[in-house]
Amino acid sequence: MSRTIPSASGAVAAAVPALETRGLVKRFGGLVATNDVTLAFEKGARHALIGPNGAGKTTLINLLTGVLSPTEGSVLLGGADVTALTPHQRARRGIARTFQINQLFLDMTPLETVALSAAAARGRAGVWWHRAARERESVERAGGLLERFGLADVMSTRVASLPYGKQRLLEIAVAIASEPEVLLLDEPAAGVPEDERHEILAIVESLPKDVTVVLIEHDMDLVFSFASRITVLVSGAVFTEGTVAEISANPEVRRVYLGEGDA
Amino acid sequence: MSATLSARRAAVPAVDRPSLVAALSRPAVPLWFEVVFWLAAVGIFFVIPDRALLLNDIAILGLFALSLDLILGYAGIVSLGHAAFFGAGAYVAGILAVNGFGWPIPGLLLGGLVAALIGFVSGFLILRGSDLTRLMITLGVSLILLELANRFDNWTGGADGLYGATMAPVLGLFDFDLYGHTAYFYSLSVLFLCVLFSRLLIASPFGQSLRAIKDNRMRAAHLGIATSRHLVGIYVVAAFMAGLAGALNAQTTQFASLDVLSFERSADILLILVLGGTGYLYGGLVGAVIFKVLQTVLSDLTPEYWQFWIGLLLVVIVLIGRDRMSERFGQLFSRRARTDGEALP
Repeated sequence: MSRTIPSASGAVAAAVPALETRGLVKRFGGLVATNDVTLAFEKGARHALIGPNGAGKTTLINLLTGVLSPTEGSVLLGGADVTALTPHQRARRGIARTFQINQLFLDMTPLETVALSAAAARGRAGVWWHRAARERESVERAGGLLERFGLADVMSTRVASLPYGKQRLLEIAVAIASEPEVLLLDEPAAGVPEDERHEILAIVESLPKDVTVVLIEHDMDLVFSFASRITVLVSGAVFTEGTVAEISANPEVRRVYLGEGDA
Repeated sequence: MSATLSARRAAVPAVDRPSLVAALSRPAVPLWFEVVFWLAAVGIFFVIPDRALLLNDIAILGLFALSLDLILGYAGIVSLGHAAFFGAGAYVAGILAVNGFGWPIPGLLLGGLVAALIGFVSGFLILRGSDLTRLMITLGVSLILLELANRFDNWTGGADGLYGATMAPVLGLFDFDLYGHTAYFYSLSVLFLCVLFSRLLIASPFGQSLRAIKDNRMRAAHLGIATSRHLVGIYVVAAFMAGLAGALNAQTTQFASLDVLSFERSADILLILVLGGTGYLYGGLVGAVIFKVLQTVLSDLTPEYWQFWIGLLLVVIVLIGRDRMSERFGQLFSRRARTDGEALP
């Protein structure tokens, strides 16, 4: 289990994937948003999900995190079936995500938010018998993360009054604070100026090597510089999957997708 | 502190443990406010001992409003039926006292526990749906209890009320007197303990989780917070405290009638909390003082129309907005002081 895998080549195919879907289908009435998706994200992978708008990327993330339950198929986390589990139960088992549109606690401070995330991941969110400040490990982790994200100077400012860029960083810091085994990033660079995008991914890249990172992103430069494996979704189904080199050389991918994103 | 926003890197505060702990431990209200408040609460008795019954009323209302603040101000649960728990506590304590079980503290705790049990059962009903749904469900639960109390009048005395309660001395030492002296210190002590407990609760990871759930329940769940368990949990605590308030009311007045469960009581307590402000722990207490003082002063002046002025005050407060008012009156409370980052030029 604790083998650290340089996943790029998929050399250790025998290892249990960190996160896996089997025959995942999601229908909304007549619309098939996710169509028989079978995917495996290896432990420690840097895996990108790309596809044109409406390809079902966010639906897939919602199925993985338990926001939606699938019409058919299953989701496995570290080999265990988690299809029936709620979002908070899956989060406690090591899935963390960020949102395309910031989902923050506007009335709290960055320090309170990140410390809470760290505490919740340890199963300490229900502790009522002492102050949050006494959750030693969570508080220290929060301090370290805020420093790393350049949020230390605003750690006691109400989140609602932070500028967008800082909120975007906090969105990611909150997810990382839980020390996830699988981190799902839904367009982390959305709305961030181009020159600051690599800063965000540099932080993600500095995560421990055994953390599985799944990235949804439209910026192909970011995808190619970050990911080692890429899955292309089209109309809710897996169109193709491969290494960065394979995907960028695939003429069909270029036609259906890269044509519009690779300006 | 937020001046560092513009000061860039030079002024980055150290993120060592003590400063993190200090930044996390900022209280909802400054300590001096709390000290002054409680000294005044005790001191006022010696200034106007002949108004101890009024003071006792204020303490009970304050506790009831505090219990509503726990769910409304900290968890975002709106309720128009909070009297359900007040009434349950009142009837339990009252019925015990009428039937010869007049020990104040066991009766008080039993009243709270029965209210908490009702809170636990009805708590599952308020987990889903919109604010409107919650308003209707909480209102419905209190109406059901009201009709049950009316129906089982052999226990509750029905519309005539529950007479004949005889109370033993508090802790076997302090007899209840006609002037409300014992009553006030009894109620004030219970209120003080409940404030202490609430203070701890809202600063704990549990309390922080509630704030997160109130703000963005979906994200809170994605952090691994069991949102339903938290909401039912705080609902039970609030029901317990409301039950204590009701029990105090029955024990200190030695009377309970159907109006302990009435819609007006639920509406009044919401009004009191909004008058005083939600989400800083002392709002219900301050609101109870304002409400009772206004009621006493105004009903001397215009016995029939005092509610007119209360209504007007409520409309003004809601329209002008508490934040703008508190800006005028200075940054009294630190939670508001935190927001001054956006006010910087």
